[in-house]
Amino acid sequence: MKALVICRRELQSYFGSLIAYVLLAVFLLLSGYFFYSDLIFFILFGGYVLPTGLWQYVFMDMRLCALLVLPLVTMRLFAEEKKLGTIELLWTYPVSDGAIVMGKFLAAWIFFVIMLLPTMINPAIFYHFYHFDIGPLAAAYLGIFLLGTAFIACGIFISSLTENQVVSAMVTYGILVFFWFVTWNEEVAEQQIVRALLRLSLFDHFFNFSRGVIDTRDIVYFVLFVGFFLFLTLQSLGARAWRGVN
Amino acid sequence: MIVAEGLTKQFRAFTAIANVSFEVGRGEIVGFLGPNGAGKSTTMRILAGVFPPTRGRAAVAGYDVVGEAQRARSVVGYFPERISLYTDIAVRDYLRYVADMKGVARADAQRQLPELLATCGLAHMQHRLIGTLSKGYRQRVGIAQALVGSPRVLILDEPTSGLDPEQVAELRTLIRSLRGDRTVILSTHILPEVEATCDRVIIINKGRVLAVDTPFNLNQRLRRTSQIYVEVVGPAAAVYERLRSIEGVLDIGNAPHAAHLDGAAALIVSTERDRDLRTAIAAAVTGGGWGLREIRPVALTLEEIFLTMVADGGHASPER
Repeated sequence: MKALVICRRELQSYFGSLIAYVLLAVFLLLSGYFFYSDLIFFILFGGYVLPTGLWQYVFMDMRLCALLVLPLVTMRLFAEEKKLGTIELLWTYPVSDGAIVMGKFLAAWIFFVIMLLPTMINPAIFYHFYHFDIGPLAAAYLGIFLLGTAFIACGIFISSLTENQVVSAMVTYGILVFFWFVTWNEEVAEQQIVRALLRLSLFDHFFNFSRGVIDTRDIVYFVLFVGFFLFLTLQSLGARAWRGVN
Repeated sequence: MIVAEGLTKQFRAFTAIANVSFEVGRGEIVGFLGPNGAGKSTTMRILAGVFPPTRGRAAVAGYDVVGEAQRARSVVGYFPERISLYTDIAVRDYLRYVADMKGVARADAQRQLPELLATCGLAHMQHRLIGTLSKGYRQRVGIAQALVGSPRVLILDEPTSGLDPEQVAELRTLIRSLRGDRTVILSTHILPEVEATCDRVIIINKGRVLAVDTPFNLNQRLRRTSQIYVEVVGPAAAVYERLRSIEGVLDIGNAPHAAHLDGAAALIVSTERDRDLRTAIAAAVTGGGWGLREIRPVALTLEEIFLTMVADGGHASPER
């Protein structure tokens, strides 16, 4: 219940400032443009298989938009409270650290859903002209949804480590981009370490979804990823016991 | 209402407080006094549930601040030393949010809000964004925030710092009005504030409690001699001689800060402890044919008590 109070407060804070609208606009413009260009590409060269010919590219591009925008959504969640000092009061209310983390996570997550929903207009218009199989598209949406949730969990953790929002966003970019590069190495080297890292790669687990394939292992991976980072966030908040408030 | 037993808090190698113990009874207003870095804030933060103690235990209204953290926090209103509030929210909405966070029922919160706004002098500012308020008003919002839900225990960390004298007076009145109803522990730099508002004083320095007592008792305990302030219109040297000859007078000095006396002598007469020589002094002065303008016993100010305590490391005994 208290988590919902925090969530509402965070959402009010998001939508009370210009940043939320700027982020929304950038995300929607970019993903809209990518959908358009991917569709053109598909019509000219793609053939007849939508999942591998169109959705895959649309969602790989949307993945980049999410990568660009979500660290900017999560950067302020704890960093701002630490910078302002408002977090001290938060700790004196009868609310557990778990509820605080959940509330903030939920707020960023709802923001992401609000970002994602309007992008469905693009395939909806397409559907109006061409009745395609909805299943693979739904799978891809599930994928981007899980991927974004993972970005948010990572971003929240980094935000809890610093009181500087720019540092918070940059480190989150760093980590997420690292996971992206890991995927690139796949083609270059076939070493043991790369294989191990590959298992951990966010984008690799997203790949199946984007082609319309739902694999339980991928879902489990994302759930674990999110749980792991939320756990780390809790630990980071608990560190005030020996580190102090500032 | 508040129990602290052997509280110790360490941040890595730094010991902020060591073995701090005290109790605060129901309805008491207790002042927490100490120089910067003495450990006041650390102790108050532990009581408010910001972080747990490294060793020792603390309980508020019978709830352990670690083991029953949520319950303990629900009976405490806390005002942090460096108050910072969300800036992008209106005063009224903010207090509603705080009520939700404290788990105050919506109907109760709705009913209490107008009174709370009035008590804290915020009624006319309730629709303003906190970010647009002056420091004094933000401070009031901070106090209001602590009072939301009528907590039984109030922990106020330097609530008057940064306020102008008028606001300080208002806040003091507000705190005094809570007497009996709530248990209040407040820290401050302003010593007269403690004397004016507090039933008892906890003096802390370098992370250790030096004394816990009423301002009156502290005064008594630390006084090694009794002192009397005398203002006499007459030749200083003769007055001095005359008073010196009274039995029980130990020493006579000039009163500090004695300006604009128009020829009068302002003297501090030190006498043996627990002997009131006012009558004898008055008789001596009038017997000499001089004008007695003022005569009164001198009480140590808390500031003097405090400085003595800190200098003596807390082992000040009147018998020395």
